[in-house]
Amino acid sequence: MSHLLGIPLPAILGQLMLGLVNGSFYALLSLGLAVIFGLLGVVNFAHGAFYMLGAFAAYIGLQLFGIGYWWSLLLAPLAVGLLGILTERLFLRHLYRLDPLYGLLLTFGLALIAEGVMRSQFGSSGNSYPVPEQLRGGLNLGFMVLPVYRAWVVLASLGVCTLTWFVIERTRLGATLRAATENARLVQAFGINVPILVMFTYAGGVALAAFAGVLAAPIVQVRPLMGSSLVIVVFAVVVIGGMGSILGAIVTGLALGVIEGLTKVVYPEASNIVVFVIMAIVLVWRPAGLFGRE
Amino acid sequence: MKLQRATVWVYAVLVALALAAPLLGLYPVFVMKLLCYALFACAFNLLLGYTRMLSFGHAAFFGAAAYVTGWLIGARGWGTLSGILGGVLVALLLGAVIGAIAVRRRGIYFAMITLALAQLVYFICLEASFTGGENGLQGIPRGNLLGFIDLGRDGTMYYFVLAMFAAAYLLIRRIVQSPFGQVLKAIRENEPRAISLGYRVDRYKLLAFVLSAGLAGLAGALKALVLGFATLSDVSQGTSGDVILMTMLGGSGTFLGPLAGAGVVLTLEEYLSDRVGAWATVVIGVIFVVCVMVFRRGFVGEIERWFGRRATPVDKPG
Repeated sequence: MSHLLGIPLPAILGQLMLGLVNGSFYALLSLGLAVIFGLLGVVNFAHGAFYMLGAFAAYIGLQLFGIGYWWSLLLAPLAVGLLGILTERLFLRHLYRLDPLYGLLLTFGLALIAEGVMRSQFGSSGNSYPVPEQLRGGLNLGFMVLPVYRAWVVLASLGVCTLTWFVIERTRLGATLRAATENARLVQAFGINVPILVMFTYAGGVALAAFAGVLAAPIVQVRPLMGSSLVIVVFAVVVIGGMGSILGAIVTGLALGVIEGLTKVVYPEASNIVVFVIMAIVLVWRPAGLFGRE
Repeated sequence: MKLQRATVWVYAVLVALALAAPLLGLYPVFVMKLLCYALFACAFNLLLGYTRMLSFGHAAFFGAAAYVTGWLIGARGWGTLSGILGGVLVALLLGAVIGAIAVRRRGIYFAMITLALAQLVYFICLEASFTGGENGLQGIPRGNLLGFIDLGRDGTMYYFVLAMFAAAYLLIRRIVQSPFGQVLKAIRENEPRAISLGYRVDRYKLLAFVLSAGLAGLAGALKALVLGFATLSDVSQGTSGDVILMTMLGGSGTFLGPLAGAGVVLTLEEYLSDRVGAWATVVIGVIFVVCVMVFRRGFVGEIERWFGRRATPVDKPG
């Protein structure tokens, strides 16, 4: 049982684990993207930039102020969330009445600004962030060695995804949010402050991206362009899953990460493009996406 | 009326400038590059301005044609014209495939899908053997026309590029003013109504997409010959973003807007890139934000409005 179809089992399991890790990031990011799109009607192109800023917030926090990993996990999303509030107040708010394309273009411009500023300050090369002490090393499971930090990433993002799902689908606040997504004017008429709700939704969505960024910091190089190609993959994930569904975003994200990981074992050259190929197939077969409604 | 007379004058000045550019001491390679990107923006405008389809992946056609033309002429020894034709054909084909998938969705989904499929093309160019990977194709020869006109000289090449540009520009004008172009505008204004009038909207959109892709390919092929190289940056999302900015800044849905936009963006990038490094990206980003927030009609759109003609209704909710 050490080979499967002629491929050594540890290699498969290792890539499966990597795939799950990437899938967790896809899930966290596409979840935020879906929530923001649901309420604001804005496709947040800056999502990758906010993810990058989250990772940099952790990096800068550690270098300059000695803020450790665990505090960063809390503080970086808060800081980036504040930036999100600013973005919503200053820019996005004025675009809701217009064609949604303008929101996409605006956030694309904001992403360029964020990436440019970080590149001028930190250069284009990567900075490494240490794995927190408590999560170093690996667990020997007998058939493979499981790196503790990677397992933590998967568990932490699944936990946050579940929490977000719970808040949106099972609480009063979430019910208000879903109602506002369906019909903002009616909800406003019931005396709920929709503009504030919208603002905090955007902040929450980008805070999720920043959380993913902090989780990623110890396993990828922290660099200004770390989010720019990731956001395109996440767009593809969202198109595949359909933007209407929270659970759909989570499941699709994880599944595509795993598929990508397995592709790396079977046919490494295609691992970069497999998500896009799947997107094309899904579009031909079910244009609204797997979980989407037209 | 006033506007029409002004337009005639603007065109007269532009043509005179274009013909005399080599004599005015402008750096010919820069002017040629400008013409290539202006053509790229005009091709893009056919989609964004007249059909209201925001493709976020037009670099795929521009870059793929640049690679194919460069490879055909450089590695396979094809002639200049047949090399360009080969690049354009590939762009048309790629446009047909990507377009057929992308027109199944509208609006922002269309934008996201074109972006993702262009990224697919990017990765293929990164890993394919004929593109030279990270280095791209270098030293692409310009060859000659009809066997005796040497395009290696910038002066000759300039008029060749200008002629190609003029032909493509007139073609785009003709497309927009044809009955087909009228249908495209009808789709832009009110797609459900165009459907209810019996137009097979998806086919019109696909044809517009393919035409736009082919013309973007022509721009890319010419650019590869002018500068002598084709690199990954030609197929990257940055180039897709640049062409959007050029079109918006100049004024989408106007004939002269993309020209003006390409002029401003290229001049700015040329000027900034050696002086401020990464801040150039910031400047481009800021212009993007300003364009979206307060300047949605672009230069030419604002001027047209100033002259009182009904400009393109850009603020219509989608």
